[in-house]
Amino acid sequence: MPRRDDLHTILLIGSGPIVIGQACEFDYSGTQACKALREDGYRVVLVNSNPATIMTDPGTADRTYIEPLTWEMLEKVIEVEKPDAVLPTLGGQTALNLAMELDRRGILAKHGVEMIGAKADAIKRGEDREIFKETMQKIGLDTCRGRIVRSLAEAREVLAEIGLPAVIRPSFTLGGSGSGVAYNREEFDHKVQRGLDLSPVGEVLVEESILGWKEYEMEVMRDADDNAVVICSIENFDPCGVHTGDSITVAPAMTLTDKQYQRMRDASFAVIRAIGVATGGSNIQFAVDSESGRMIVIEMNPRVSRSSALASKATGFPIAKIAAKLAVGWRLHELANDITRKTKACFEPSIDYVVVKVPRFAFEKFPEADSRLTTQMKSVGETMAIGRTFKEAFQKALRGLEVGSFGFGSDGKDLWGTAAEPSSDDIRARVATPDPDRVWYLRYALKAGMTVAELHSLTAIDPWFLDQLLQIVELESLIREVGSLAAIDTGLLRQAKQYGFSDRQLAVMLGSSEMDIREERKRRGIVATYKSVDTCAAEFEAQTPYYYSTWEDEDETRPKEPGRKRVMILGGGPNRIGQGIEFDYCCCHASFALREMGIESVMVNSNPETVSTDYDTSDMLFFEPLTCEDVLNIADRIQPDGVIVQLGGQTPLNLARALYAAGLPIIGTTVDTIEMAEDREKFRELLDRLGLKQPASGIARTLEQARREVARIGFPSLVRPSFVLGGRAMEICYDTVQFERYVAEAFVVAQGQPVLIDRFLEDAIEVDVDCICDGRDVIVAGVMEHIEEAGVHSGDSACCIPPHSLSAEVVDEIKAAATGMARSLGVVGLMNVQFAVKKEDGTPTLYVIEVNPRASRTVPFVAKATGLPVAKVAVKVMAGLSLAEQGIDADPVPAHRSVKESVFPFVKFAGVDIALGPEMRSTGEVMGVSEHFSIAFAKSQIAAGILLPREGRIFLSVASPQAKETMVGLARRLVALGFELIATEGTARALTATGIPVEPMRKLQEGHPNVLDYLIDGRVHLIFNTPRGKGARTDEGRIRAASVQYGVPCITTLPAAEACVRAMEAMRTDILSVQAIQDRFPETAAAR
Amino acid sequence: MAHAALALEDGTVYFGESFGAAGTVSGEVCFNTSMTGYQEILTDPSYRGQILTMTAPQIGNYGVNAADVESGKLQMAGFVVREASRIASNFTATDTLGDYLARAGVVGLAGIDTRALVRRLRIRGAMTGVLSSEVLDAARLVEMARQAPGLVGRDLVREVMPEQESEWTEPLDEWGQPLPQPTEGGVFPVAATAFAGKHVVALDYGMKWNIARHLTSTGCRVTVLPGKATATEVLAHKPDGVFLSNGPGDPEALGYCVDTVRDLVGKVPLFGICLGHQLLALACGAKTFKLAFGHRGANQPVMNLATGTVEITSQNHGFAVDEASLPPELEVTHRNLNDGTIEGLRHKSANAASVQYHPEAAAGPHDSAYLFTRFRQMLGA
Repeated sequence: MPRRDDLHTILLIGSGPIVIGQACEFDYSGTQACKALREDGYRVVLVNSNPATIMTDPGTADRTYIEPLTWEMLEKVIEVEKPDAVLPTLGGQTALNLAMELDRRGILAKHGVEMIGAKADAIKRGEDREIFKETMQKIGLDTCRGRIVRSLAEAREVLAEIGLPAVIRPSFTLGGSGSGVAYNREEFDHKVQRGLDLSPVGEVLVEESILGWKEYEMEVMRDADDNAVVICSIENFDPCGVHTGDSITVAPAMTLTDKQYQRMRDASFAVIRAIGVATGGSNIQFAVDSESGRMIVIEMNPRVSRSSALASKATGFPIAKIAAKLAVGWRLHELANDITRKTKACFEPSIDYVVVKVPRFAFEKFPEADSRLTTQMKSVGETMAIGRTFKEAFQKALRGLEVGSFGFGSDGKDLWGTAAEPSSDDIRARVATPDPDRVWYLRYALKAGMTVAELHSLTAIDPWFLDQLLQIVELESLIREVGSLAAIDTGLLRQAKQYGFSDRQLAVMLGSSEMDIREERKRRGIVATYKSVDTCAAEFEAQTPYYYSTWEDEDETRPKEPGRKRVMILGGGPNRIGQGIEFDYCCCHASFALREMGIESVMVNSNPETVSTDYDTSDMLFFEPLTCEDVLNIADRIQPDGVIVQLGGQTPLNLARALYAAGLPIIGTTVDTIEMAEDREKFRELLDRLGLKQPASGIARTLEQARREVARIGFPSLVRPSFVLGGRAMEICYDTVQFERYVAEAFVVAQGQPVLIDRFLEDAIEVDVDCICDGRDVIVAGVMEHIEEAGVHSGDSACCIPPHSLSAEVVDEIKAAATGMARSLGVVGLMNVQFAVKKEDGTPTLYVIEVNPRASRTVPFVAKATGLPVAKVAVKVMAGLSLAEQGIDADPVPAHRSVKESVFPFVKFAGVDIALGPEMRSTGEVMGVSEHFSIAFAKSQIAAGILLPREGRIFLSVASPQAKETMVGLARRLVALGFELIATEGTARALTATGIPVEPMRKLQEGHPNVLDYLIDGRVHLIFNTPRGKGARTDEGRIRAASVQYGVPCITTLPAAEACVRAMEAMRTDILSVQAIQDRFPETAAAR
Repeated sequence: MAHAALALEDGTVYFGESFGAAGTVSGEVCFNTSMTGYQEILTDPSYRGQILTMTAPQIGNYGVNAADVESGKLQMAGFVVREASRIASNFTATDTLGDYLARAGVVGLAGIDTRALVRRLRIRGAMTGVLSSEVLDAARLVEMARQAPGLVGRDLVREVMPEQESEWTEPLDEWGQPLPQPTEGGVFPVAATAFAGKHVVALDYGMKWNIARHLTSTGCRVTVLPGKATATEVLAHKPDGVFLSNGPGDPEALGYCVDTVRDLVGKVPLFGICLGHQLLALACGAKTFKLAFGHRGANQPVMNLATGTVEITSQNHGFAVDEASLPPELEVTHRNLNDGTIEGLRHKSANAASVQYHPEAAAGPHDSAYLFTRFRQMLGA
């Protein structure tokens, strides 16, 4: 049966901002779905609040709404666009929950919108733990003992039946938020209570613990004829107890016999059929007791997921695309397998390599958070590696993680053999508790002579994986025994490469340099070969050039086409805070731009979540770690005519110098220019020449120097290590005591690099500028005025295009300054500048804070706000087409206001203080658009999940006297809006003095009731609290942390408070309307 | 690590490490794309005389055990993997793969670029090869490969069929039992009511044990006869139905088997699997041909033409029935979705049917287990 002809318009719901548990994978799946449905002639209407996505590009869907993801906004879109169907299974949990809400409220029925892919009944059966469990029992599948409870008393009854340790999982939370294991009664009570609060339906599942069982996932697809196939099996390296998103995972399953595997396959089909997911993909998780083989079903996701993105990249089978096609009526056997083009999509991929995914964490940003890994996901990104053995893939993945390691030890980060070598007790303790560093301690354990059996009993990790690690360690010993590059046997050297050892590790082991190892092994004919990811283990010929490296005989890369240029784009690697989807967006646009120019595009990236690693984004895809060696190996093989390093964030930039030195043709801004912007002296000279100001600043290599510099510069001052992205260890110091504390830490983080000290401009307005320069002409694509004052990391503050408070003169001055810098630097491509505008003697004065001649995090936002495809234009410039040749001669002038707001992961890190500062901690962003700033801001807040109340009680607490003054004005407006106010003593006094009614609150240590009691009881609806001191131990820190746990918005800066009040006022009178991006930029839409 | 090498008749030589038994063997070199089930594959008699490479690179991870055996011994001449696990990690494991092969005398080769080998076989077609841990001279090995006998025209069935008749009584164990598949909401379709016991004669050309287990679990009494049995010998058992098993090699070299099947068509309900399917076709007047590199794996999609649905099947065959040669009384019931070759046949007037693939799985998916129920139905109430 071909596609359904009764459907014309299909609504697709995106997943919103990047948060822990929901990242780029849903941009990947949504983008695939849009393409797949449009290819079939459907009109696709897309709603997503995240501007940094490829799916929200004007050309991806027919109608694109960058609007908050709430049922209210969706209903408005439905009213305008009148879709025939909604496809809820491709936008993560967010889309699934929203579709269910639309269904529950009768909105779908009212507008005649059909749910395709999975119906509400099936979604409920799959998502509601109780119904799911009942269904499993009905079909004879084993599940965890335990049940859903709605109160603590009920939970205690279950505990009596199952005993400790017990697992607690709240229903319907994102990424398993609030889930955990309780080892004692106190912990049990606490976790149950928190789970009941977090669950939108007030339900918690209490279950027997399956800690230490083997964990598996099956990616299943089903079509309307009930054909069902398994696309990929995934085995977790970390046993049950660690969320699968935080586990090292391996594809395919490595340690199941055929009978055990087929049992799991049968069970997977039984689950998808019983739950009733009519068409599309589902992910089903299993636990297996390694002693008895008892297999239980943990849960299922009746939608595409992070794991299905991983499975797609691991096998070459595009799950999301096929899921979209199945939803509109196609059968699996009617669809082609894109990779072979000869065979059909109705088959099960066979893979002839091993895939390893390793999660990336960001605990350095949240030092107060508990870094132990549990059933609640905490990682912010992941890297995937492909090799012919687990050993090879594992070592590749560890270097692809970009945490300073170049494999499984024997690199710069190795503690073994150093003074800090862990003791045997230390090792035993560290391997027993999963945390991000456990993997290194597994190595130390093996180095210390622990056997696989002992290590298995401590970790429950399958002995097969541990033996693989042991083999790596054993080969390491062999190599170390040889001792020198001259003495090493070619066979051993080749074996080392096949085991995944990098040249860097070999250099450490053989006392040589990375480049010497490289030259010598090339001399001996040991070079990387590239094999195809082809879905079929070479049974059919692969048409898509999707490659991974290994060290075998045959290379499968295709030769260069005569006369056609080849340009390599270096991606951003795993998502982390400060470097995520925005850079992937830029890399994808590079491919699109090169394609338009007829240049062959070659993508190199290691992040399986992304659109950039989709096999049809570029002409060639290399799924490889982004290290100097891996990139040079690819270049040796494919001989690129150009290499783009300025789009993938800090990752490729850090490689630029070495790649350039090795002779790669870096295109765009030169490496010298990139480095010059980092060189403070040279940069200062440039600014002087241009007559631009910079805050007083200094550079220090020693503590002594730092003290001298700060004495000259004065307080407040900003202290930070150089060459670190995302504001790591960056702090504002108001006095010597603070300075002494932070500067010491900065030196630690700087790892031998100098520490930078700047005069901090208090109460200044920060401005970001993104511009494109072709070496001669400059286009200022976007001027963004930050909402929060300077001092809050630019990645964490909200901002507005065009500036909402700066005068036209100041904006012109900013543009002129940016243009001058870009020209003088000789930028070819993108440049981002951060300015601060500080009122000095009543006149705004412009300061240059920082210049980065590369793509910035704001490029996609600027593109969505202005309609100018910024990244594409920049790439064409790099490839040799001037701005004039592209017909771009004027800065874009947006007709509306666009506000970007940041989204934070605090809810995953209980107890962490949320006060914003110079260290970036947000994971994602949303965008709100309107003709009016206040409405655009309101939309951005709604989209970010900040529920500004329409009535109720607001808690005010501000620090400084000036802040109190500002707060008086805001308080008056809040009272006028009908809010009740409560405040801490000082703030209350200031308000009462001006006649504003306010209820004073006790301090926390003064007893009850205090504001925490109000929070717990739901009697406070909004908090304005500017920090006096930071940290989870301070009273205000506790209040802020509690606000996150109880879901009460907490605004921590005055400018944001001001913007919120404006938004709340506007929401009284204005109705939030929706507008498609294609209507905002009719020209762009028409030109696509 | 001792060395070993594999030479192909086209002159290609792969050097790697020896594992399993030492020795020198020749045979047709082919590949299997199953990611699990190497023990079932090693003990499948249809691989008689072949050198097999697994496309999955790491083999032996879960060791070997007594339950995953598909015949009385390891049948393969040689076994080639990218890497063999030195440990066995599974609660069922009784031994490592290497020791198992060594004891059984199967010559193994590890550490070669198996993907390069597979791509060569795919492009050039199946080739004869020599695998040796003794002869490591490339030129000599190639010469030996060129001298070695091919598969076409050879009767390998005689090497694997049993000597004596026997009764099979073992049903599927718990782990081999396919799980029943529910419909939405967790409801199972009403199962067919239990049939009275029937007597099946299974003609064993190198039968995988899981076929006999399936027949037994379907409620049949199973008498196993050597594949060389005549129709008279078969009918003397007064069977309610006859099953034609899988087996190795070229079906056109098995004239005596074809004669038996020809004499049985129309006299007794017949069901054939793999070689049994080819014999039925030949008995009805069709021809078989050699595929370029065969179908060996657990992911082959087959369309059931009666229902329009697709089953993922386990396959192991190098020959197939030639569609152009089909006599009018044979009807195609199943077709391979990848290359369109015939995967199932039905006789229009006689009570006989067959499939090219392996509904008994082991190794492989359980999607086609329904065919045993269908055979039981063919035997009448």
